[in-house]
Amino acid sequence: MQNLLRFLLKYHFTLLFVLLEALAILLLLQNNNYQNTQFVELARNVQGTFYEQSMRVEQYLRLREKNQQLVEENERLRNYIATNLRAERDTFRRRVDTTYGQQYSYLSARVINNSVNKQHNFITLDKGEEDGVAPEMGVISGQGVVGVIRGVSDHFSTAISLLNSELRVSAKLSGTGYYGPLNWTGRDYRYATLADIPLHATLSRGDTVITSGYSAIFPEGISIGFVESYEEKGGRFYEVDVELSTNFKRLSNVYIVKNVLSEEQNQLENNLPADD
Amino acid sequence: MINYLPRYILTFVILVLAQVLLLNNVQLSGYLNPYIYVLFILSLPFETPKWALLLLAIVLGMTIDLFTHTVGMHASATVFMAFLRPALLRSLEPRDGYQLETYPSIRDYGLTWYFQYAGILILAHHLFLFYVEIFKLSLFFQTLSRALLSALFSLILILLIKLFIKK
Repeated sequence: MQNLLRFLLKYHFTLLFVLLEALAILLLLQNNNYQNTQFVELARNVQGTFYEQSMRVEQYLRLREKNQQLVEENERLRNYIATNLRAERDTFRRRVDTTYGQQYSYLSARVINNSVNKQHNFITLDKGEEDGVAPEMGVISGQGVVGVIRGVSDHFSTAISLLNSELRVSAKLSGTGYYGPLNWTGRDYRYATLADIPLHATLSRGDTVITSGYSAIFPEGISIGFVESYEEKGGRFYEVDVELSTNFKRLSNVYIVKNVLSEEQNQLENNLPADD
Repeated sequence: MINYLPRYILTFVILVLAQVLLLNNVQLSGYLNPYIYVLFILSLPFETPKWALLLLAIVLGMTIDLFTHTVGMHASATVFMAFLRPALLRSLEPRDGYQLETYPSIRDYGLTWYFQYAGILILAHHLFLFYVEIFKLSLFFQTLSRALLSALFSLILILLIKLFIKK
């Protein structure tokens, strides 16, 4: 105690200086928007560079597994093309994507930071504003939905993960088409909850849950997961436990989804007269 | 201590007012901002306690910040400058030390001494201030030249003030 006092007395000038300077800088960062953004951007860039390096090493060690995943994804895409081409032949019901041009475009990105163990999980990606990434774009992987872009700096972006209780994704049952909001419960990184499914919907374990395409972020039909179990909530709706198809613990290659027409859709929807 | 307290309060008020009302509106070629309010820290007596120096500096900086809506900016630069003052005074100390009843002024220690003393501290203050203001390193040399030229301008103003106003 005495030593501490002597130390404080001896260095009181320097300590007071550090204290006051820290206070001044803190006030500066809190109250001045410009300096604050500069600081946040710097921090994000430093963070991004750091994680990018460490991820590079980790990715090399997982090449074999990645290859396997890519092969599987290729296979799935080939099948998708095959079925789609067939569907295209029965003409005018599917005009949306063909005659009016492409509605969604994809940009591949690498996950350089990720977490699954918090209540609000975020993902950092190695593509940023200079690559055309903007907030509110969707993020998917070969296996399914991953999240939504939230913040963007020059070379990096942060996405709010599906494993974040603040993110709600509009999802539907692929068989019957009943839809509702899907939300992470914060307990287990493998499961999320789909709410508002009416009681008269027929459900069974293993049903596929996909994106509804109503939100202008994700295209319709991106896989989210499978029905694990369901129970009645409040007498009117089912609450469905969904096993997520994306393995968030092993996320590394993802695609950023840009909806070319999202602005148009949002504008139109915002112009509707409020009915409540 | 007690008899020069009113004078320093007056100096404080006059310098802040001159800075805020007059000099903050001076922007030569959009480039040079003289900041003469640091004269207050420069002219504090030798025997001012070091902790008081820092506290006065943050109060002075905050006062300027209040008028320019830049909370913390001038405060951090002024505290930095005040931190350097004791060490600088020690290294510039004449052989027989600082005399009693004297002040850090041209009259007591000569123009060369004051030029060094004020020059270094003003430069430190301006460099800190301009870099905190821009808050990134991408415009390094542009900021450097702004800081240097502004510091020179402030130094000239402060020397003129000291020459014409006898304390």
